[in-house]
Amino acid sequence: MGLRDTLFGRTKQVAPNLDNLFALPTAALTLESELDLVSSGQGGLCFKSGSGESTLTTDEDIKQLLDFDETNNKVTLTTDDLGFKWLVVTDPDFEALVTRVHAANTSMVEHGLGPRLLCAVFGFVAKTPPGEGSVRMVYLLKQGTFYPFAPTGATQRNNELELRVQSFLSSDLPMEKDLSRWMALWNLPVS
Amino acid sequence: MAKTKIETDHGLNVRMFFTGLGLVALYAIIVSLMLRLGVSTVLVIVIVGALIFSQYYFSDKIAMFSMHAHEVTPAEEPRLHEIVDRLCLLANMKKPRVGISEMDMPNAFATGRSPNHAVICATRGLMGRLNDEELEAVLAHELSHVAHRDVAVMTIAAGVGMLAGLVSRMAMFGAMFGGGGNSRDGENIVLLEMITMLISMVIYAIAFLLTMALSRYRELAADRSGAILIGKPSVLASALVHITGDIAKIPRTDLRKSEGMNAFFFAPALAGGTAATIFSTHPSLEKRLDQLNKLEKELNG
Repeated sequence: MGLRDTLFGRTKQVAPNLDNLFALPTAALTLESELDLVSSGQGGLCFKSGSGESTLTTDEDIKQLLDFDETNNKVTLTTDDLGFKWLVVTDPDFEALVTRVHAANTSMVEHGLGPRLLCAVFGFVAKTPPGEGSVRMVYLLKQGTFYPFAPTGATQRNNELELRVQSFLSSDLPMEKDLSRWMALWNLPVS
Repeated sequence: MAKTKIETDHGLNVRMFFTGLGLVALYAIIVSLMLRLGVSTVLVIVIVGALIFSQYYFSDKIAMFSMHAHEVTPAEEPRLHEIVDRLCLLANMKKPRVGISEMDMPNAFATGRSPNHAVICATRGLMGRLNDEELEAVLAHELSHVAHRDVAVMTIAAGVGMLAGLVSRMAMFGAMFGGGGNSRDGENIVLLEMITMLISMVIYAIAFLLTMALSRYRELAADRSGAILIGKPSVLASALVHITGDIAKIPRTDLRKSEGMNAFFFAPALAGGTAATIFSTHPSLEKRLDQLNKLEKELNG
């Protein structure tokens, strides 16, 4: 925000930055070689439901828009306990998964849902369980940065693992440098 | 207070002594300054004394209020009470009251005007992040603050700063309204009082820095005693890494609940900066870990 915006109390609606998502497949290779973590096959988009400014009013509209292929069970739309909507995509091929989530993002932006998008999440699990536990890579659409989230319980997270993930991925991905923004996503529907 | 098995660090004592000496010297300068000013010294002392005393006397309530903390019973927080019970037995201390702060920031504090009125508090964030052993180490550090009567010491030290601030304010009023009734002409008096104000500002700054330095030494002393009390400096070191390093910055707040905080519509508001250690009340993590490492070697060697 510029000085004038600060003075007049204006906020700009930030357009989501989507292109960084395509850096994920490289990062996935690093995660596998360094930390033995592989894609869980699930990725998701979290957005706030609301009214206005969108031609997509019902869940069905959104679902129709995002079901690009016939295998409908690969895309699900759920509402979490905090009232946020999650579009969960399942695809064992990680590159295809990223492409699908990116495409879903793009079409939501085109339909005016851009400002309501909160984050995209990709699940990673230990290649040889139990390993060190699972990690979600969270992509903050507005900031265009990634951060790891490794929940170990209802409100517990493995900070050491998260910091290790950051140190390995900082050359592959634009990681969120401000650690106070590594917000938790408790009980999220993306595994 | 019964003497505990806590040994003394002479270097630290010497440094603390000189910091204290510096503060006393400042007191002397301020008093002579006030006498020269000719303001009603008694009044100044009464006001400042009352302020400092109330800050000291109500320290537990003030600290608990500002940290959103409340006292808890053993039934409500068995884990916390058990650890404090154990530590108090070990250190041969009266058990302080125990409180909990609902904040997510990992932190703990001890407050209260005397060991008899002490409260020891931990935040939810601290209890969620540390295991039992580490929590015990942090509470041992806080109990050392109680045993060392750090609230009293720091209140007295901070009092100097307040006194200096008051003098500078009086000098300012003097400069604005004074000037009449004396044998000297007005201009000179104004000039004199401006200089007085300037000097007391400088004194205030120095007092502030000295107080901070003293606080850092008291923290190191509490680290030391706490670590010796539990006999495992490395556990306190690991707890410190968990609550003061990068990990402390990672929130447990949910992204979906923090919409108001930049997550949705705003560009980043403020980048987190770091304050220089000279202005901070706590020593740097490196210094504390360094001391704990040395202690670990001493205890094992």
